[in-house]
Amino acid sequence: MNENHPAYLHQILTRRRFLTRTSAGLGLAALATLFDTPAQGGAVGPVKVPGVLGQTHLAPKAKNVIYLFMAGGPSHVDLFDHKPKLREMHGKEMPKSVLGDQRVTLMTRNQGHFKAAATPFKFLKHGKSGAEMVEVLPHLGRVADDLCIVRSLHTEPINHDPAVTFMQTGRPQPGLPCFGSWVSYGLGSETKELPAFVVMISGPFDQPTPSRYYHSGFLPSQHQGVQFLPGKDPVLYLSNPDGMPHEVRGDTIEAINELNKLRHARVRDPEIEARINSFELAFRMQTSVPELMDVSRESAKVMDLYGAEVKTPGSFARNCLLARRLVQRGVRFVQLFHRGWDAHGDVAGNIKRQAQAIDQPAAALIQDLKARGLLDETLVVWGGEFGRTAYGQGNLSGGFGRDHHPRCFTMWMAGGGIKAGTTYGATDEFGYNIASNQVHVNDLHATLLHLLGVDHKRLTYRFGGRDFRLTDVAGNVIKELLA
Amino acid sequence: MHRPSAFVLLGLGVFLGVGGAVHAEPGAPSAPAKQKPIDFSREIRPLLAENCFACHGPDEKTRKGKLRLDLREEALKPGRSGDPALVPGKSVQSAVIKRIFTSDDTEVMPPHKSNKTLKPHEKELLKRWVDEGAEYRIHWAFVPPVKVAPPKVQTQGWARNEIDAFILARLEKAGLKPSPEAERATLIRRLSFDLRGLPPTLQEVQTFLNDQSPDAYEKLVDRMLASPHYGEKMATLWLDLARFGDTSGYHFDSTRQMWLWRDYVIQAYNKNKPFDQFTIEQLAGDLLPGATTEQKVASGFNRNTRFNEEGGADPEEFVIRYNVDRTNTLGQVWLGMTLQCAECHSHKYDPISQKEYYQLYAYFTGIREPMVSMNHNQPLPPLLRVATPAQEKALAEAKADIQALEKRIQTELAKIQYQEPPAAPTPMIKPPEDIVWIDDDTPAGAQLQGDGAGWQWGQAPQQPVQSGKRSMKRTGPGLHQHYFTGAQKPLLIRSAADRLFAYVYLDPKNPPKAVMLQFNDGNWEHRAYWGEDVCFLAGSADAANHRKMGPLPRTGEWVRLEVSPEKVGLKPGTPLNGWAFTQHGGTVYYDRAGIRSVPPDDRYLHSQRAWEERDRGNPTLPGEVRAALNVAAPKRTEAQKTLLRNHYLRHVHAGSRGIFEPLEKQIAENTRKIKDLDAAMPTVMVSEEMPQRRPAFVLHRGDFQQRGEKVEPGTPGIFPPLPKDAPANRLSLARWLVSPDHPLTARVTVNRLWAQMLGTGIVKTVGDFGTQGDMPSHPELLDFLATEFIARKWDVKAMLRLIALSATYRQSSGFGEKIPEIDPDNRLLWRAPRFRLTAEEVRDNALAVSGLLTRKVGGPSVMPYQPPTFYQGKNESWKWEQSKGEDLYRRGLYTFWRRTSLHPMFAVFDAPSREECTAARPRTNTPLQALVTLNDPTFVEASRVFAQKILQQGPSDLEGRLVFAFQTTVARKPSALEVQVLRKHYQTLRERYQKDPKGATAVVRVGQYVAAPELNPAEHAAWMGIANVLLNLDETIMRE
Repeated sequence: MNENHPAYLHQILTRRRFLTRTSAGLGLAALATLFDTPAQGGAVGPVKVPGVLGQTHLAPKAKNVIYLFMAGGPSHVDLFDHKPKLREMHGKEMPKSVLGDQRVTLMTRNQGHFKAAATPFKFLKHGKSGAEMVEVLPHLGRVADDLCIVRSLHTEPINHDPAVTFMQTGRPQPGLPCFGSWVSYGLGSETKELPAFVVMISGPFDQPTPSRYYHSGFLPSQHQGVQFLPGKDPVLYLSNPDGMPHEVRGDTIEAINELNKLRHARVRDPEIEARINSFELAFRMQTSVPELMDVSRESAKVMDLYGAEVKTPGSFARNCLLARRLVQRGVRFVQLFHRGWDAHGDVAGNIKRQAQAIDQPAAALIQDLKARGLLDETLVVWGGEFGRTAYGQGNLSGGFGRDHHPRCFTMWMAGGGIKAGTTYGATDEFGYNIASNQVHVNDLHATLLHLLGVDHKRLTYRFGGRDFRLTDVAGNVIKELLA
Repeated sequence: MHRPSAFVLLGLGVFLGVGGAVHAEPGAPSAPAKQKPIDFSREIRPLLAENCFACHGPDEKTRKGKLRLDLREEALKPGRSGDPALVPGKSVQSAVIKRIFTSDDTEVMPPHKSNKTLKPHEKELLKRWVDEGAEYRIHWAFVPPVKVAPPKVQTQGWARNEIDAFILARLEKAGLKPSPEAERATLIRRLSFDLRGLPPTLQEVQTFLNDQSPDAYEKLVDRMLASPHYGEKMATLWLDLARFGDTSGYHFDSTRQMWLWRDYVIQAYNKNKPFDQFTIEQLAGDLLPGATTEQKVASGFNRNTRFNEEGGADPEEFVIRYNVDRTNTLGQVWLGMTLQCAECHSHKYDPISQKEYYQLYAYFTGIREPMVSMNHNQPLPPLLRVATPAQEKALAEAKADIQALEKRIQTELAKIQYQEPPAAPTPMIKPPEDIVWIDDDTPAGAQLQGDGAGWQWGQAPQQPVQSGKRSMKRTGPGLHQHYFTGAQKPLLIRSAADRLFAYVYLDPKNPPKAVMLQFNDGNWEHRAYWGEDVCFLAGSADAANHRKMGPLPRTGEWVRLEVSPEKVGLKPGTPLNGWAFTQHGGTVYYDRAGIRSVPPDDRYLHSQRAWEERDRGNPTLPGEVRAALNVAAPKRTEAQKTLLRNHYLRHVHAGSRGIFEPLEKQIAENTRKIKDLDAAMPTVMVSEEMPQRRPAFVLHRGDFQQRGEKVEPGTPGIFPPLPKDAPANRLSLARWLVSPDHPLTARVTVNRLWAQMLGTGIVKTVGDFGTQGDMPSHPELLDFLATEFIARKWDVKAMLRLIALSATYRQSSGFGEKIPEIDPDNRLLWRAPRFRLTAEEVRDNALAVSGLLTRKVGGPSVMPYQPPTFYQGKNESWKWEQSKGEDLYRRGLYTFWRRTSLHPMFAVFDAPSREECTAARPRTNTPLQALVTLNDPTFVEASRVFAQKILQQGPSDLEGRLVFAFQTTVARKPSALEVQVLRKHYQTLRERYQKDPKGATAVVRVGQYVAAPELNPAEHAAWMGIANVLLNLDETIMRE
């Protein structure tokens, strides 16, 4: 239709109130997406997905991920990997046969001793599975039978930045898409109101968490993790300027899109239609994001479940609650970074403080998801970029710490398709080397993708003359972790 | 040494031609009857490399059965079993094919123990290849381009230059017609973005629209190329390749200063520095004979690598990473190849072995640089200081002042009549005396510090006092101290017989374990302790930095502690500027401290002869004065005599020194000014070659701990060799890249220029010309442009001009009634491309349209508006010190580039982090982008200021204003319908804001730019709404 044709004008002007109409019942619209999509928990074959794959390679066991990234490197020997031998050897040099010739960082290479250091805490057994955890994790103890604890993770880099990058992207150098971006790219978004990949950060600052850690690398930028912040602008640039009410913004976007339609009639570039869509989505986000962040309608029971800290915006507890609200609305991948695990000094104080912050909220998240039937279709992953040394850093008679340890560490998973109530893999009696069933980061990624219905070798992107994938050139699905 | 690789021998020597650039024919109907000929480089070579070369490749040591398959002539020879490995055209007779198809487990290739298997379709492919002749073709990009004459075309009158002949011939072959020429308004806006990264001003648009001369367009192109903003656009593109950032990346992402290098790039493009020269200066400017400051600055290119300062990072690992990054960058930027695969293993697809990779890498291992650092925000030498014009002027002034003062001093000296006094009496031997430095107070200038409460002075009778009115008290558990540094007048150690002293009083009820005195002569490595060895926990038990003096002093009384300077490593002549009192536990009072010293003989102040005797051999005197003193008095020249006399009168003689002191003071002030100016000068990290480069090794799997063979610098054998006499350094490497017979540099560079002007390269994968990259859409055109580029002496502006003048470039970008099925992606260029502006351009456009843009070229990076919450959760210790005034409105290329957390507006619009070289940016379209242009204060403020401009500079009627606003934004005039939509929106807004004056006042306040007070807020707010609409149009952020 020629743009000068009177009918054309009529057509675009009758659409004028489209935006304000749809924005009225957004909360419901957002929830509706959940019911439109077939639950994937019980799928028996590949299912259709809105991402580049079109349909999953395999029957997915889960459709969303909540990844609790413990930044800084939590100490496995003080949390999940009980080593009585360290008590026995406390203060004595670690045997050379255990240390081997592995790298240590320059921080402890020069201290001249590698003295075994026992945890100051007691370990307790929990549930039917008898999973062992440190005494300062009582709430997680109560959900032990929902967890699959893997004690035999290992990674390659020994410094934070390359190690976090490795855990996020499968390679220590920057430039590759992270896990969440791959999932967003491959499986697409189940919601039109929110980004497919959301990031929230909590915890005391000890190591930077730059936006590169949740970047899409060479994948298109819509697969970047979008950081949600506590406060007035949960998403950057979400709020209109002062003096511009919501209706004016609606009118503005309508005017923009009407003019864009006129241009489209002339140049017929399909990109213009995509632009019109983007503006409509942006407008919807202005309602859906504040609605998401507003927890005032959560029941007291739910709030109590997450603990007192849930009332503090920006806390790990609040972020866990928001993570549940996000997957409820169809957000594919939620990643929470909780900082502060880098215990070079005073590991005892560190563990107490960190455990206090994460124990109840993480356990609550599992219970809350379970109560709503969401745990079956959500993968919950907990872990850092590496573990910490069995030997002490600094003087053992004082508040000693532990150094970085990529050779073995513990992670746990729960939810869709995960074999609950199991502990997999083991380290030697010092918690220094893997004794059995090692799981490389690439294996972990392969396994998690498998649970999402994705063959990790077939989710690729051609860049710079090569097909890239999250698992680089390695990765095996660890069948023993699957339900 | 450059032995041509087997592959080259093969490609050039045996096969008599070059693998044609058999490009994917867009939309060419598939011919099921006739299969596409097999492409050796893409389909066969990788299979052979992966499955066969380990035992049948170039490595003699691992070769099995004397068979090599990487050389065609070798593979055609009869093998041990009689059958040749390959029989061209006859797969049945070829041993290779038989062995890969056999079902005999002991015979099958590749053998089971190799853990390699060929898939059925791969076997079929190899078979077909043998049947088709088993030809080994060299990949097109490795053969130097040859100038091709433009093809003949049927359509007459369309083509304007050679480019068009290539494009049109291809279109005709596909049965397509080019699009008509774009409107003039579109052309000027297109040119302006492609060559300056900015929109044209309304005045520029009108000038062009009104220019009826036949060469109006040509003149416009020349104006654009001559604009100082041209260099900014070109630099923005180069910065992605050169991985330029204002921070070091990695863990803490500290700041660094590199903007002088960016300024160099802008100026180099503005001056149209030939690209070969530019290349040499970027990679090796420092190595050019007599390198200028500019060339040294240029060599900062190599220092744009990231730098790690994570605690505990292994220096060796990271210095390797820096050089790996340089190698990969070289590959992307000049060779258009992704070399990084070869970092870990020989390249599977492209003929670059792992060893060749590390030979390229070895060129960079001589670059001087820190390896790792555990400190944040520290400069990373070597640095070059470069004065700004203002600094240059101030420096010249200070130097002139010093000269004038020197002249006055000379005049004064000439006036003095000095008379040597009669022989001075033998000096009296004076007894040593205490020179007190600390008593009741510290010396002037002392900067006091200390543990706990710091310096605690007290008086009698509350505490014992040895001398004067006060003493210092220190008490507490463990190791603690108080101290100062920075005393203006130093405490001089005159002779080895001097004794440093201090009085201490140890509380008998609470004695310490130890007391310690510590002296600072620039460092604190001079310690003397009494009592237990608990004050210093490193170093050997008894040394100058840790000297055991004896048992703890008696308690309950004042004890004088004395230290011989020699025992704590202090030589005569050493000035001290600081002192520390340290103890372990207990309560200690300290009083009167200083040095016991023999008073000096002061005859030299009155007698030149006495001075000469005294100061002969004094190392602190200027060299010539020292030399003159060493000559016996009668043998001195007149000049030496004058020199000594003048020095004495000016600096030493008690009777005349006073005349010169004020002048000396002024000289000192100017000298300090020069020093301060030097310190304030911007610095830039530059390349500098160490005398000995770090050894380079092949690293197994790229792991720095797994060293293989040691390698020397060298270029890959697939390329033409270096000149025989070329030294093995970066300069040779850079010159090699731009030698006219290099097959890639010119092609890769013109391809990028093409992508700049036409949205996509002739080779779509601009950073990958290897076998895995896309084939060129117009191979002959690419070679034409490459040879033209070399023939025109690497003249970048000339190439851009050639493209801009073509009819191809001038086409309309409209999609027309029907998108041709044969080429939906427009690879054949049946229309001009229409694509989104870059992040920087989206920003610059809004600022330029509104009139806010600062058009200053060059200078340090700036910090425009960034959400204050942006660093929350990332790194709270990073500071974003928002710029002020005109610096808020500078072009995006000057925005501070924090590599691990890029400004969100840039990140959302696809700008790369620049942690590594980026050859091309994606162009996405997302809701988050819409939120930026709708709500980012930069854009909101631009709307407000644009509204003000409309009201102040536009016509006075509504329609006129709407047309003015529209045309200012997108250069063309609006249609009647467009005006109608805008008018309606304006009326809605004005009504609303008239009813809501508070809202109107609030909205016109966004941003720092001061609004014109006379504007009616409701009117201003309504127009701001219109401006907001215009700045958010698809067309506004597109280049059409």
